[in-house]
Amino acid sequence: MKSHAWRPLYLVLGIVVLILIARQFLVPKSFGIHERGYMYGWYREENIEDWKRYPVSYRSEEYCKDCHSDKYSMIMQTPHAIIQCENCHGPAREHPSDPPKLEINKTRELCLRCHFPLPYPSSGRANIRGIDPEKHNPGIECSMCHNPHKPTLEGMK
Amino acid sequence: MITRRDFILNAAKGIAGLALPLTALEILSPDQLLAARGDSSKVRWAFLVDTFKCVGCGFCVKACKLENGVPLDANVTRTWVERYVLAKDGRVFADTPKGALYGFTTGKIDLGLGKFQDIKKEDIEKAFFVPKLCNHCENPPCVQVCPVGATYQTPDGVVLVDRTWCIGCGYCIMACPYGVRFFHPVYKVADKCTFCYHRITKGLKTACVQACPFGARMIGNIRDPNDPVSRIIRTERVGVLKDEYGTRPQVYYRGITREVI
Amino acid sequence: MYVHGEEWTIKELFVTPNEYIYWSIQIVMYPFMTGLVAGAFVLSSLYHVFGIKQLKEIARFALVFSLALLPVAMMPLQLHLQQPQRGIEVFLTPHFTSAIAAFGIVFSTYGAIVASEIWFVYRKYIVETALALENKREKSFEEKIRSVLYNILTLGSYDISEKALHQDERAVKILAGIGIPVACFLHGYAGFIFGSVKANALWMTPLMPVIFIMSAVVSGIALCMLTYIVVMEIRKILAARRKTTYGTYQSTEEIKGIEINVIRMTAKYLLFFLIFAISLELLDLIFRGYTAVKTWDILRSIIYGKDFLDIFVFQYGIGNLVPFILFLMPGLTIRRTAVGVLLVLFGVFMMRWNVVIGGQSFSLTFAGFMHYHLPIIPTNFETFKEGLMGAIVVIITPFVLFWILNKIFPVFGIEESH
Repeated sequence: MKSHAWRPLYLVLGIVVLILIARQFLVPKSFGIHERGYMYGWYREENIEDWKRYPVSYRSEEYCKDCHSDKYSMIMQTPHAIIQCENCHGPAREHPSDPPKLEINKTRELCLRCHFPLPYPSSGRANIRGIDPEKHNPGIECSMCHNPHKPTLEGMK
Repeated sequence: MITRRDFILNAAKGIAGLALPLTALEILSPDQLLAARGDSSKVRWAFLVDTFKCVGCGFCVKACKLENGVPLDANVTRTWVERYVLAKDGRVFADTPKGALYGFTTGKIDLGLGKFQDIKKEDIEKAFFVPKLCNHCENPPCVQVCPVGATYQTPDGVVLVDRTWCIGCGYCIMACPYGVRFFHPVYKVADKCTFCYHRITKGLKTACVQACPFGARMIGNIRDPNDPVSRIIRTERVGVLKDEYGTRPQVYYRGITREVI
Repeated sequence: MYVHGEEWTIKELFVTPNEYIYWSIQIVMYPFMTGLVAGAFVLSSLYHVFGIKQLKEIARFALVFSLALLPVAMMPLQLHLQQPQRGIEVFLTPHFTSAIAAFGIVFSTYGAIVASEIWFVYRKYIVETALALENKREKSFEEKIRSVLYNILTLGSYDISEKALHQDERAVKILAGIGIPVACFLHGYAGFIFGSVKANALWMTPLMPVIFIMSAVVSGIALCMLTYIVVMEIRKILAARRKTTYGTYQSTEEIKGIEINVIRMTAKYLLFFLIFAISLELLDLIFRGYTAVKTWDILRSIIYGKDFLDIFVFQYGIGNLVPFILFLMPGLTIRRTAVGVLLVLFGVFMMRWNVVIGGQSFSLTFAGFMHYHLPIIPTNFETFKEGLMGAIVVIITPFVLFWILNKIFPVFGIEESH
């Protein structure tokens, strides 16, 4: 087949070979078909370890309770025991080294998340007591009168 | 006597011919294909949402964003809570202000374009909150449509995105029937709930499960018969979202109605 | 901080937090440009494969224009990708369960076919020019560049004997023949990209690939007719002034005579594909309305409400019905054809717009809407790329490329290889 007519085909095949060679250098070695098959398991396997190594930010109240035992034991006697410390104070991460202080959020909006009353039958929200923020001491921080770690009547300031 | 020209041409043809099938074998190795549906994994993560318990406080949304590095002021989120209010006259109202990042602190339904719907207590038939997150489907359509293999499913069922490989075409976002995917505003690749893979593989709970004060969210191993999540899914009446698409989602819901989309 | 899509999306009623119009103007441009490529190629093949002699003039033109459109088809994607430098991954680790991955391979094959066919069609001219430049003693700088270029383009073969030219002719026929199904595949795949997304109630239909193919051919033929008319007008002006830029020129009367016959012939094919395209779209609409599945409520409010103007007035009315009437009226003139093809191109563009943007106009909740506001004045790189400016760049580039290509592969005034 000495015809010149095959030349474009050779050129195209040459480009294909170049791409296949480039693949050897550019595609990470762990890329391939894994457990879930080609449709759902075509990926770079090292990525699983990458995701496992992602840093944990929220440490849970178990991490807080030893140093902050006073606030911890106080809140545990109240209905607010179900709330994680970090829900209001933000993630502990490597506290006390980083960050040295966690936020103390005194805005009304934080409390209104649960305590704005929504009379929804068939939802747990209906069981939480609340206030109308426009009528109940508007503009004043809730924590002026209520202690978040002891929200009972005894805890009122 | 073979000419130099013919020799070079034939050698080139031979090399090209060999290079193609040899590298194709890497993609299409029979061993790898056979290992396809290996159900040997002892763990398959599944999630349970209890819409009776959810009060719409939004602590889960905030915890997820801070745990997983999705900027608080970006209007995308890996998980969110929807509010459904069913009126006595049959009308259905639903909203999710900023995905419930700041909870629900008004009774007015957000209709968008600056409009709100007032609804009186006596007109409400029933109302409830529905948290949503990636369903980590058994047949994930988002993984099927990724053109480069940047998103995939781990052997224990979690669907992840390789941030170093995603080209940002957005096909997976289009293909997800549940709207859980988005473009990460900082990394500029596709992102979504990962079931806090970095936490559950260490024995911790996901950030949203840990944050929820009311126990409305639970995560567990559906393959473990003693796991509480597995037990509830098997023995109680639970539903899933958009079952008709054949995705076989692994987030189960207690207490959803037909109005929940 | 804006997330991608937020700057041009307005949400209404119940929309989930992550929903935005992610696939915007560039994704509308993409099937539009690839459609033009496929259509131009099919037109060229009608001559090379089926030997319809009257299409000879426009066939060569369509082929070169097809090559000019090819790189432009990749532009909208590069402008849209959040990580454009990783675009090559589609060739390195293709995931063939995705229509987009398969599309990459089909598209490259198609590019190879078009490039090869042009090589065969122009080979005699290339060899003659290369030899002529070789023999010239004193070459200017431009001529030195041209000499190198044409020598490379010969791919090492200087044989222009009768036998060699005959082989060229056969090769063109084969390539054009293979090219037609590949062009159909190309645009069928674009339709498959949308039609296979079960999550999108508007896109999901098996008719989508066929609808895309038909409207692609329509747009390709229309664009070739339009550019052909424009080029002919330029030639007429130059002939009247007796300037000889490209070589020999016929008189104005001769040009007019050839032109109207070609136009009338091509218009017939345009009409055929136009009818096919509109029938399929109406069929899809009728089926949806008749079967009225769960998603019909929101789709109806989009099709008959929000997008009524875009669909029925712009696409069906101005883009289909009016050109239909214009082409069917007896005594077709050049001017009427020009208006007709412009409207057809507009109609095909609106079809792409109504599919891509229309499909993202409603929420996954089926209880909310998203409004698309095309960025006109760019405020940052993103609103430039994915705004009107980006679309204009994409539209202009094929004409610029065609002008450059015409200098290497002249469309008029030369003898082809066959």
